[in-house]
Amino acid sequence: MSQTRLIQLEADILGKNNGYAQANCAQFARDGMFVLNLVSSPGSGKTTLLCKTLEALKDTLDLAVIEGDQQTSADADRIRATGVPAIQVNTGKGCHLDAHMVGHAVESLKPAKGSVLLIENVGNLVCPAGFDLGEAHKVAILSVTEGEDKPLKYPDMFAASDLVLLNKVDLLPHLDFDIEEAEANVRRVNPRARVLRVSARSGEGMEAWMQWLKGGAMMASATLPATAPLAAE
Amino acid sequence: MHEMALCESIRQIIEEQAGAQGFTRVERVALDVGAFSGVEVEALRFGFDVVMRGSLAETARLEIHQSKGQGWCLPCAREVEIAQRYDACPHCGSYQMQVTGGENLSIRELEVF
Repeated sequence: MSQTRLIQLEADILGKNNGYAQANCAQFARDGMFVLNLVSSPGSGKTTLLCKTLEALKDTLDLAVIEGDQQTSADADRIRATGVPAIQVNTGKGCHLDAHMVGHAVESLKPAKGSVLLIENVGNLVCPAGFDLGEAHKVAILSVTEGEDKPLKYPDMFAASDLVLLNKVDLLPHLDFDIEEAEANVRRVNPRARVLRVSARSGEGMEAWMQWLKGGAMMASATLPATAPLAAE
Repeated sequence: MHEMALCESIRQIIEEQAGAQGFTRVERVALDVGAFSGVEVEALRFGFDVVMRGSLAETARLEIHQSKGQGWCLPCAREVEIAQRYDACPHCGSYQMQVTGGENLSIRELEVF
């Protein structure tokens, strides 16, 4: 029997993805872009919330969207109907977007400098938590038709998110959902997370979310050199 | 969660190392898996066998070293063991806890020919 030898590695298994994520992040910073990774379970109303947000902001901000789904381009079609450029990434067998896919999507989408890029991840509260895409923040969307205990059931995702949107609050009168308990559960997993109550359908709370988004976009683009004043005709 | 994708990363790392370190077969793969790494060990074992087929680690033995979750309790000012991210301190019952360990997911070593 031939001799074996030992190779000490300590190699991070997610290292490859993290390398791509760092490259994305550096590019976003250079281009003054504000990039969000939107995560949720399927059916949280993520795409509707996104469409309403785009419609409200498209005249004041440069926007672009990357849509992750296992199959179909249905969501990207919904986004494009708002007039905002969108690209669909089908993950096929995959359960999450990774930083490499996002890097390629950005290459073909060519978002403008100082723009806001919204990445709608695959509807899944587990896998996308482990895959950094180079975004500024993960935003978790939890609808009140789900359980209050979701933050405790999927702690990794809520711990990784900086903002939690509690969506569909217009339905609260018809449900037994305890919104105070849901917020307490978010804080138990992640004391630093901001929580906003919104309804994409009724528009309630949407102003606060859009202010948060505009503030982030302003900070991200503040590092860009001021555009040269247009020459007088 | 995404154990198949992780196994594909492991296979890539092994193939890169084979080129750099000059080996042709892997006898044993040792992994460090933290309690908060989001990995289901059984799913990882299953995925490992499937993904390594046809690779130089096809017959490799998979050894998984699981480590417990660790947190820093602010009131006690000490490191404690926790089973979940949101667990209270086992000594003082406080939730003022910062996770300090258990998120790691890495290849510790390879035994190769």
